[in-house]
Amino acid sequence: MTTTNGSNEAIPTLQLLDPQGNRATTRGTKGYRDRAAALTPEDLRGMYRDMVLTRRFDEEATSLQRQGELALYAPSRGQEAAQVGSAYALRPQDFVFPSYREHGVLQVRGVDPVDRLRFFRGSDHGGWDPNEHNAGVYSVVIGAHTLHATGYAMGVQRDGTPHDKRDGTAVIAYFGDGATSQGDVNEAMVFAAVNNAPVVFFLQNNQWAISEPTIRQTKIPLYQRGAAFGLPSLRVDGNDVLAVYAATQEALERARMGEGPSFIEAYTYRMGAHTTSDDPTRYRTSEQEEEWRGRDPIDRLAAYLRAEGELDEAFEAQVKAAGDEIGAHLRTGVRALDGGAPVSTFDHVYATPHGVVSAERAWYEAYEAGDPPAQQYAIAETTQGGAR
Amino acid sequence: MTTMAERTHTTSGSAPEAASSTKTLTLGKAVNEGLRAAMRHDDKVMLMGEDIGPLGGVFRVTDGLQAEFGEQRVVDTPLAESGIVGTAIGLAMRGYRPVCEIQFDGFVFPAFNQITTQLAKMHNRTRGAVSVPVVIRIPYGGGIGAVEHHSESPEALFAHTAGLRVVSPSSPQDAYTMIQEAIACPDPVVFFEPKGRYWTKGPVDLDAPVGSATLNSAHVVRAGTDVTLVAYGPSVETAVKTADALAAEGRSAEVLDLRAVSPIDTAAVVASVRKTGRCIVIHEAPVFFGAGAEIAARVTEECFYALEAPVLRVGGFHTPYPVAKHEREYLPSVDRVLDAVDRAFAH
Ligand SMILES: Cc1ncc(C[n+]2csc(CCOP(=O)(O)OP(=O)(O)O)c2C)c(N)n1
Ligand SMILES: [Mg+2]
Repeated sequence: MTTTNGSNEAIPTLQLLDPQGNRATTRGTKGYRDRAAALTPEDLRGMYRDMVLTRRFDEEATSLQRQGELALYAPSRGQEAAQVGSAYALRPQDFVFPSYREHGVLQVRGVDPVDRLRFFRGSDHGGWDPNEHNAGVYSVVIGAHTLHATGYAMGVQRDGTPHDKRDGTAVIAYFGDGATSQGDVNEAMVFAAVNNAPVVFFLQNNQWAISEPTIRQTKIPLYQRGAAFGLPSLRVDGNDVLAVYAATQEALERARMGEGPSFIEAYTYRMGAHTTSDDPTRYRTSEQEEEWRGRDPIDRLAAYLRAEGELDEAFEAQVKAAGDEIGAHLRTGVRALDGGAPVSTFDHVYATPHGVVSAERAWYEAYEAGDPPAQQYAIAETTQGGAR
Repeated sequence: MTTMAERTHTTSGSAPEAASSTKTLTLGKAVNEGLRAAMRHDDKVMLMGEDIGPLGGVFRVTDGLQAEFGEQRVVDTPLAESGIVGTAIGLAMRGYRPVCEIQFDGFVFPAFNQITTQLAKMHNRTRGAVSVPVVIRIPYGGGIGAVEHHSESPEALFAHTAGLRVVSPSSPQDAYTMIQEAIACPDPVVFFEPKGRYWTKGPVDLDAPVGSATLNSAHVVRAGTDVTLVAYGPSVETAVKTADALAAEGRSAEVLDLRAVSPIDTAAVVASVRKTGRCIVIHEAPVFFGAGAEIAARVTEECFYALEAPVLRVGGFHTPYPVAKHEREYLPSVDRVLDAVDRAFAH
């Protein structure tokens, strides 16, 4: 395959299903094939279901944005295999640091679809309790969260969690091709490497950072970046859910067993716009988009499952019904999100009382009540303790 | 909302001192003892920074701590400030209380993004579900004859960011207590250590209670009646010396040590200025958009009819921190504060 950075099939890329959904049997991939083979038909149907539901979520969110119900939305269309496949390799105790596009990961992690849109609605800066799902909230400052992932993994090390491929704890950071240029991402790999921290760097190279093709970020295939930091690094076909699953499972197990960090480049394609505010016609061709429509990750898994006789109409109908349910849930749930009372802006600025916020809040409440005091900014309602 | 339990520490070390738990320490050693006490009290407390292990930090503030607590708790990090603060955030999310040392004031800027967009906002972003009790220790300020990037006072940049607490001790006792209170605080705290005062000695009660008072409350260093000198960190000593000089002239100055720049203990400032009618704010940081401007506005709003003169500010100029040869002229000196006092009395 020819890619935007001029690379081609010669770049070693793990693939277990070819674009037509046939099992690929490349030499040297037996370990990965065995991992994929351990997935039951129920597992595979579960992956398929979550990929379809992620795409349905995408479509519903996009139309809610078009209706003015969301300020913005960043679609994940085309990246469902990379996201769902990697998330299926996670164990409940593992911790996820997503960027803003990991709707498929959060789907698998069980974050309510409405909660996933609070941020895009403009009613919340986050949307869920990270500790409830072991998944951090969206991270918008490109690359910043990869350091949090490494730090969290350093904490896991210090907790003395067991070194066990199932019961150990791993951390995974999701980021994009553009993010690989950020200092923070590079520092995150330096800190992970020298600490041997149990973290997996999961790059989705969707070939675009808004309008910039990967050639603007790198001269070398990006998986080589990980290797340069001393991390076991692998490039996988990001539209092949089995390859992604197997590679991520291997890396996560390495982390859980105390064997340190890894780097995975999932080579995929952002089929949609960067966000609902973007216009890809200004920077890429419809031929390219057409080519990648032919490599749709959902079609690939569906073709495989059908050939195996594991995808019947009854199941497809169930998935469709689940999608309809998500749609209905979103349409009512999202419209009901209003951000709470304006005074809640003053909540959770600090975990302990801070005189400036307390005073401004008190003034604002009085102002709202039609009774503003003469002085707006001066005296804190409380200062704790006293001078010794 | 979390309230921090008061606690007391037993005296560290083996020397069978007399009944008293009070020792004479330099300010730098007081921070060291405070760190030691906090680490003994809570095994989630850990230190991260450049050269803080065997070397004990370039100012030796972490001297002996790696030997006592090991490499897992006193971490010599890669040379990357954003990495230090960013990984500290992740550690805090996992339940740790990291204390990051930034080697010098001028080197905090690579971490500025992590501090302002991540550390300051994580608690708010998660609607209180996550707390990030990270302390960023920064030796700051001038007067040590250093080269570029080693003498700056960037506290206003952090005070301007909601979600951060910004404090600076002026005495060994406060350094000892404040570092422990900063570590115990569930909020992120930027802890500015007046490096020019690291060698200042004073009594430190090693059993002093640890709560949250010093993070929120100013403290009257010297009572007076004619003018209020508001200062923090390295400028408190300048204010006290000015008060001495004024006393010789028969003028009585009250010296208020703010301790915290965020929040500002406005009530304490206002109470003093209502009494004295005059207010002068002193800091090493540039006056332009500095903490003094905020204090002047607050005092004006609250003490308008009590003021005998406009609030005046003495501090650095709107220039890059000067070369060492010129820093004595740049830094707020007793002379320049006296000049401001004269102007205040001229009204
Ligand atoms: C530090 C920073 N700079 C710029 C932006 C604006 N921005 C948002 S997404 C984006 C492109 C990111 O590309 P990539 O890392 O490949 O992730 P993708 O959007 O493809 O998932 C940019 C420039 C930002 N959010 N953060
Ligand atoms: Mg991209």
